[in-house]
Amino acid sequence: MVKEFERAGFPVVLMCNLVPVAQTVGVNRIVPTISIPYPLGNPGTSKEEQHTLRKSRVGTALDALATEIKKPTVFKVEI
Amino acid sequence: MKSVICYINQFFAGIGGEDKADFEPEVRQGVVGPTGAINMGLKAYDAQVTYTVICGDNFMSTHRDEAIERILKELEGKEFDLFLAGPAFQAGRYGVACGEIGKAVEAKFGVPVITSMHAENPGVEMFKKDMYIMKGSHSAASMKNDADMMVALAGKILKGEEIEGPDAEGYYQRGIRHQVWRKDGVMAADRAVDMLIAKATGKPFVSELIIPKKDLVPIAPALKDLSKAKIALTTTGGIVPVDNPDRIQSASATRWGRYDISEMDRLESGVFKTIHAGFDPAAANADPNVIMPVDVMKEYLKEGKIGSIHKYFYSTVGTGTTQGEAKRMAKEIIPLLQEDNVDAVIMVST
Repeated sequence: MVKEFERAGFPVVLMCNLVPVAQTVGVNRIVPTISIPYPLGNPGTSKEEQHTLRKSRVGTALDALATEIKKPTVFKVEI
Repeated sequence: MKSVICYINQFFAGIGGEDKADFEPEVRQGVVGPTGAINMGLKAYDAQVTYTVICGDNFMSTHRDEAIERILKELEGKEFDLFLAGPAFQAGRYGVACGEIGKAVEAKFGVPVITSMHAENPGVEMFKKDMYIMKGSHSAASMKNDADMMVALAGKILKGEEIEGPDAEGYYQRGIRHQVWRKDGVMAADRAVDMLIAKATGKPFVSELIIPKKDLVPIAPALKDLSKAKIALTTTGGIVPVDNPDRIQSASATRWGRYDISEMDRLESGVFKTIHAGFDPAAANADPNVIMPVDVMKEYLKEGKIGSIHKYFYSTVGTGTTQGEAKRMAKEIIPLLQEDNVDAVIMVST
């Protein structure tokens, strides 16, 4: 789906846990998430910690959309 | 008697489904679940399953290095001639897990590895160069057939017989070139000229070195100004209103839905949930924002980091969904994004 969006001209960022899979299929902008059942907030941590993590990762994803890249890139996450 | 070690996930080991997908690696003596049938098949080749390795799919994907290290350590000192993983069917995480552990086992112990996956399993593209991956079916209903195929190749390897290549044996082409003595004895120069003549005269011919094509998409230019951009949210994590109005399937989805988020600050539990059958839904049902992060997107909107958010988020289920269906669904969504002048897309997958 990501590749079709990009083919239509949209810059698109994939937030996913299985980064090697995304790389293999040819996704260009990738931001890692923390797991499969809860990509953006571990229920074993407090609501605040989950929110901080989510805000940070989504922030990285938004910045990725505004970053020119020359080759497929996995963006570094802060937390 | 030759020894074979098998790898299966928590589901096939009978430990549990998605709620047990964090199951930590364990090595058990003898057979567990489907490795019993593999063991029966191996008898014909004077071989047996001596150990079965079990690991939860989520544990392998989330703690890959630790899982591999622990399993390799457990296998140290155990004599074995062959390693069989799966069959993994179309289960993406399981397929990738079989590939990861198979590749590590082959590298460390130098034994051949065989697994089995459906053509749409992402593990095929990732690992077909590294090991024998039999062309498997899409669901566990064909367990016997897929396991039999693995055993047939295993038997040939164990007996030291000639492996006749991907088409004859039924595995995905590995891209490895072997020197072979052709039965027809036609030398390379003659074959090349024959092909050239066939090509020049418009007749069919088959290359002896087929270069696989990879479908790559050019990188879209970055947003010039994030603070003026309109962003759309999409997910394959199956987040829908609790009554699932579009009746999106929990697996092998062919339908998608879009849901208005213009009037809300976050996705509330009890209003939205996930219908994805590929993972434990507890966390996402308790807080759907862990998959579709509407809450922090609205905050970024208020803070002025982004210009606006497209009125709807788009959702489907990614497990077992074919690439063909995914492509079609994306193509149906694209005009709706263009109509509203969306500038960029975030996709969260599970």
